[in-house]
Amino acid sequence: MNGVIRIRVLLFARYAELMGQTELVIDVSAPATVRTVLDSLRARTGGEQLPPSPLVARNRVHAQLDTALDDGDEVAVLPPLAGG
Amino acid sequence: MGYLKDQPLDVRTVAHQVVSPERGGVVTFVGAVRNHHAGRAVLRLEYSAYGPMADLEFARILEEAESRWPAKVAAEHRVGTLEVGDVAVIVVAAAPHRGAAFDACRYVIEEIKRRVPIWKREHYVDGTAGWVDPMVPEGVSLPVE
Repeated sequence: MNGVIRIRVLLFARYAELMGQTELVIDVSAPATVRTVLDSLRARTGGEQLPPSPLVARNRVHAQLDTALDDGDEVAVLPPLAGG
Repeated sequence: MGYLKDQPLDVRTVAHQVVSPERGGVVTFVGAVRNHHAGRAVLRLEYSAYGPMADLEFARILEEAESRWPAKVAAEHRVGTLEVGDVAVIVVAAAPHRGAAFDACRYVIEEIKRRVPIWKREHYVDGTAGWVDPMVPEGVSLPVE
């Protein structure tokens, strides 16, 4: 698929602090993966401090950097988990 | 079903979800807030979560445990501000015999720590605070924000 897809990005905890926001919408060229979204985040203020391979989720399920994305997907960038 | 609670947790409430006359083995894990981390004195902490995904991941983990062992398992996790000694997480596994109850309880707490999107910000006695990264070994000071 060609064209542009719109992704809702969620940021949490330290990553939300780094980027100064908890949620944003970004448009990326298709075909896109989670990595495409991360590259776009890194070009923004604070985003350059994101680690090379953070934990990520697509539509509330753990995902990989090469997980493919569709228009309207939600991508969450997850700092090291510390529950329990 | 919401697994994240912003009010104090209660073991009996969680246990009530899984104990029954045919399940004679009941194992409870209670995780409470420690007064130290990586050599620093902790005053209190704040748990935050990606709520919708945390609930889904909790449900997946409990389902996995109940399919692997003949056990019923319930769990809850606190969010918000907790003081030292407050209960942060409870897992109760009930099974006909103790082996399955121990194994299922252990599986669930380990998977919670590994997979559920929850974060912990510690406030230290010296007035500073920082996000906890469990991958940083004990004894190594974390960068303070």
